[in-house]
Amino acid sequence: MGLNIVACIKQTPATTSIQLDAATGKIITQGLTYGINPLDEYALEEALRIKERVPGSWVAVLTLGRPQASDALREALARGADSAYHLSDEAFVGSDTYGTSYLLAQGIKKIQTEKSANIDIVLCAKQTNDGDSGQVGPAIAVWLGWPNVAYVRKIQDINAQTIRVERTMEDGTDVLEMDLPALLSVVKEINEPRLPSLKGKMASKKAVIPTWKAADIGADASKIGEAGSLTKIWKRQTPPVRTGGVRIEGATAEEKAVKFVEKIKELKLL
Amino acid sequence: METNELTQYKGVWCCAEVRRGALVAAIFELLHAGRKLADQLGEPLCAVLVGNGVKKWTNDLIEAGAEKVYVLDHPALENFVDETHAQALAVAIRQAKPSVFLVSASTAGRSLASRLGVTLNTGAGADVSELSVETLVNGTTNAQVCAVRSTHGGNLFASIVFPKARPIVISVRPMAFPRAEKIAGKTGEIIDIALNPSEWKVRTKFVQFMPEENADLDIGSADKIVAAGRGLGKAEGFGMVRAFAKILGAAVGASRAAVDAGWITYRHQVGLTGRTVRPKLYIALGISGQVQHLAGMGQSETIVAINKDPDCPLMKVASLSVEADLYEFIPLVIEKLKQQKN
Repeated sequence: MGLNIVACIKQTPATTSIQLDAATGKIITQGLTYGINPLDEYALEEALRIKERVPGSWVAVLTLGRPQASDALREALARGADSAYHLSDEAFVGSDTYGTSYLLAQGIKKIQTEKSANIDIVLCAKQTNDGDSGQVGPAIAVWLGWPNVAYVRKIQDINAQTIRVERTMEDGTDVLEMDLPALLSVVKEINEPRLPSLKGKMASKKAVIPTWKAADIGADASKIGEAGSLTKIWKRQTPPVRTGGVRIEGATAEEKAVKFVEKIKELKLL
Repeated sequence: METNELTQYKGVWCCAEVRRGALVAAIFELLHAGRKLADQLGEPLCAVLVGNGVKKWTNDLIEAGAEKVYVLDHPALENFVDETHAQALAVAIRQAKPSVFLVSASTAGRSLASRLGVTLNTGAGADVSELSVETLVNGTTNAQVCAVRSTHGGNLFASIVFPKARPIVISVRPMAFPRAEKIAGKTGEIIDIALNPSEWKVRTKFVQFMPEENADLDIGSADKIVAAGRGLGKAEGFGMVRAFAKILGAAVGASRAAVDAGWITYRHQVGLTGRTVRPKLYIALGISGQVQHLAGMGQSETIVAINKDPDCPLMKVASLSVEADLYEFIPLVIEKLKQQKN
């Protein structure tokens, strides 16, 4: 008996240098290049490794985003995912983590219907590189009525009923066991992601990716979009630009070391 | 929620977690941040103490400013289990209806805040570094809590408000606020919350805790960090880095390059794929300063860069920089610091 796995991914700006439009206060998206959120690669890779470990398993990738986000899904297919699903609708734009996690949970339920099979495991990254909140993974678990563990660094054991994982804590490692179905958010330490294969790339170009709108996943309009969000962004700001400070100069390392110690003492950093 | 329902929620709660037999010190940062909000909102500051056998800490919380302490004391709360803790706190919150719930944005706290948001159908803000009460948001004049959080690896700050539901759930970035001071002799109310975990759906079992072998200071709660990167050249170099960190009382950090090379474990990694830190002093040794690294430490108060390459990005943003060979320079600095101490 294999396991049915969903990896949630997001297409995000490939850079963290973001500019704001002075007039509207919104992010200037023109000219930005996009890719799979780098942290999602670990979630996808772990999904593929579970599939390789448990014969008969399959991996579906799910994303929520604008039409172009299908590129991220195709890349995931090229890396070895078996199928891909895209949630895309103007009505989704502006959803906060509450609405986003709700939509992804609805998407997961819809995959179950499509496949006439229950999902056993959902994998997410610890966070995205744009929103940085890390809230969507655990929140999806609540919508699905599932348990979750965040910051997973290793899957110790997995079978059809349970999964045993290691969680990175500030002071060490917790080991937890969950009944399936369950959701994991993973950290980079968990694996080394593979690159897409040439064969995978070719196949991914031809893949048919279902795109689902609000009605397709039975989404409650009151929970989604800017209007449904429970948090509102009042304003955005860029932090003050950091410019270089003092350079310690000296003819020898000895001289520099003396000046350096004096300087950090003067700055009361000792 | 309707407006009249929103106003039934009163009180700023700070989540006090007890783990491995100790009160997690981040609670004192929350009590500092919460005090200001409570005063501005005209609501009481409360602590909610969570764990197993935790009553002995109520007085610490009261002395640090909590007017009331809600106690969630149960063997099921001995270790952090995401769904159990979320259910326990949801019971207390539904009963007492606070307007704001603050929890430290630790590994546990970030998952907890997220689960609570959906469980209680309320808005949650993650990893917040500033909190205020604003009266002029989008033309409205109601006082509302505003939370500032960084996005895009610290390149953008978003101010978030929570107009629709209560409580406002916020995970607070470690080290973003000073600790509340304790005043001996303060008194406060202690309220026990009855819990029946056997009635809850819990599908997670805590198996064991494996402590970190190298009992280094944790970078997430350190006010000084000495971090090293590719420029260190070899795993053995961390011996020197640790010696330098020790004399400064600093935690040891690392760039992704150093972690990927296997020189040090992942928990020390600072940056986009590692952890975000905000110490008073961040000393980067042989770290060039790729944007991914800057995303994890760019908000440090003082950045010091020591590198052979005078033109690398980190040397350009550092408050203090030294062009030097690490293996020549650092031992000299350690020696001088030792002399200072004597």
